[in-house]
Amino acid sequence: MTKHSSSLSEDIIPGGAHWSLTVKAGLTLRLTDIEGDGNVGMLFYNPANLLERYNAPDTLKCQHTFKLGTGTCLYSDMGRIFCSVIGGTVAWHDTVCGTSTRQSIEKKWRPVSYQMGRNERTQNGRDSFLVEGAKYGLGKRDLAANVNWFSKVAPDAEGNLGFVSGNSKAGDYVDLRFEMDTLVVLHSCPHPLNSSKTYPRKPIKLELLEAEPVSMTDICRTSRPENIRGFENTETYVRHTTPSSSGGH
Amino acid sequence: MIKESTLSPETALLREVVGAGDYWMHEVKQGQTLRILDLEGNQAADTLFYNAHDTAERYSAIDTIREQGNVYLTAGTKLLSTEGNVMLEITADTCGRHDTLGGACATESNTVRYALDKKCMHACRDSWLLAVAENEHFGMSKRDITHNINFFMNVPVTPDGGLTFEDGISGAGKYVEMRAEMDTIVLLSNCPQLNNPCNAYNPTPVEMLVWDKN
Repeated sequence: MTKHSSSLSEDIIPGGAHWSLTVKAGLTLRLTDIEGDGNVGMLFYNPANLLERYNAPDTLKCQHTFKLGTGTCLYSDMGRIFCSVIGGTVAWHDTVCGTSTRQSIEKKWRPVSYQMGRNERTQNGRDSFLVEGAKYGLGKRDLAANVNWFSKVAPDAEGNLGFVSGNSKAGDYVDLRFEMDTLVVLHSCPHPLNSSKTYPRKPIKLELLEAEPVSMTDICRTSRPENIRGFENTETYVRHTTPSSSGGH
Repeated sequence: MIKESTLSPETALLREVVGAGDYWMHEVKQGQTLRILDLEGNQAADTLFYNAHDTAERYSAIDTIREQGNVYLTAGTKLLSTEGNVMLEITADTCGRHDTLGGACATESNTVRYALDKKCMHACRDSWLLAVAENEHFGMSKRDITHNINFFMNVPVTPDGGLTFEDGISGAGKYVEMRAEMDTIVLLSNCPQLNNPCNAYNPTPVEMLVWDKN
């Protein structure tokens, strides 16, 4: 498994910050929660057609799940899979509770402006998505329900939601294998339901690894009958849009 | 929560029946009340809302469920926008609860959910895309088609993280009613889905009623 393969690149994103990168099909992005109780807000777009983007409702209903974890595929609104959760140490990641805003941060914690705290300011998830998205021409209209890696919000039998603290420990990780080229927009700001006493500033490690080819018995391909068709859609698309190695200019 | 309305259909400003597979795109003014009536029962009404003065501000499912602390929508639910403002409040509901997790059907997601050869069957997203194309004055496009409400649809979640599509809990004559707290564009697709029980495999009409502020 990829757990022991060496990384092609490695990066640390400090807590309360944002970044973006394009990940090629066939690579695995490993996120590691360095200190525990981290949160990574994430959105996905097709760099060849930014109108194709992560669709949380399709992801949930196609796999009859309320949570993301090993075996789950993350779907675009076009019936294709951006990436698959092929491994990790956290059983529940949230994709239904959205992201923090300037107002929600200020309600909870003493706000720290850039003037006061420099890069130790209390950055929020929405501004992070807006800034990173704008680098690619994306704006407010392009934001969608995001993933909150490492965070768990569970419903009770009546549908009441509760944030579960301690869901992720120091060193916990999640491996995302990309099935098509994908623009990844991310931030390390706190989950909007995190109720810790002070603004949690939790750094995240990003690593890129070479993924094994996706076998017919792959854990994500076979976790649901729907995913067999999701992989077929994605593989057809990649085959049609990726120039063959012999067909260079 | 079951809560009946005090409004009479006879006094409605507007009444329009929307067939299955059609859309309804209409501005509801602040203070007006909108009722969606499930005429024959077990229908799914896939609905999006936009601030009529700035369509970049729109209904936000994630903000709505997080702020009310519950995944189901019913009487008393404040439907929040992406800017955290109350767009509408559900004021009456004879169905009991409504879904906002399951999203809408699209031809592409139908291939994943049912079979690759279902791709040319009519779907809610196609109705919405026709709506924004035919109503250019609103200045909207595919970018604006986002995460919706499924009025009358039953999508239970479980404490261990499951999510299923169950037979509807709506019936003929059940309705949901909401008061607009801002001038709101309503974009509804009356769901044409034939492959799951969200509308009992039999898509049927809904009626839209609007009352003026009293």
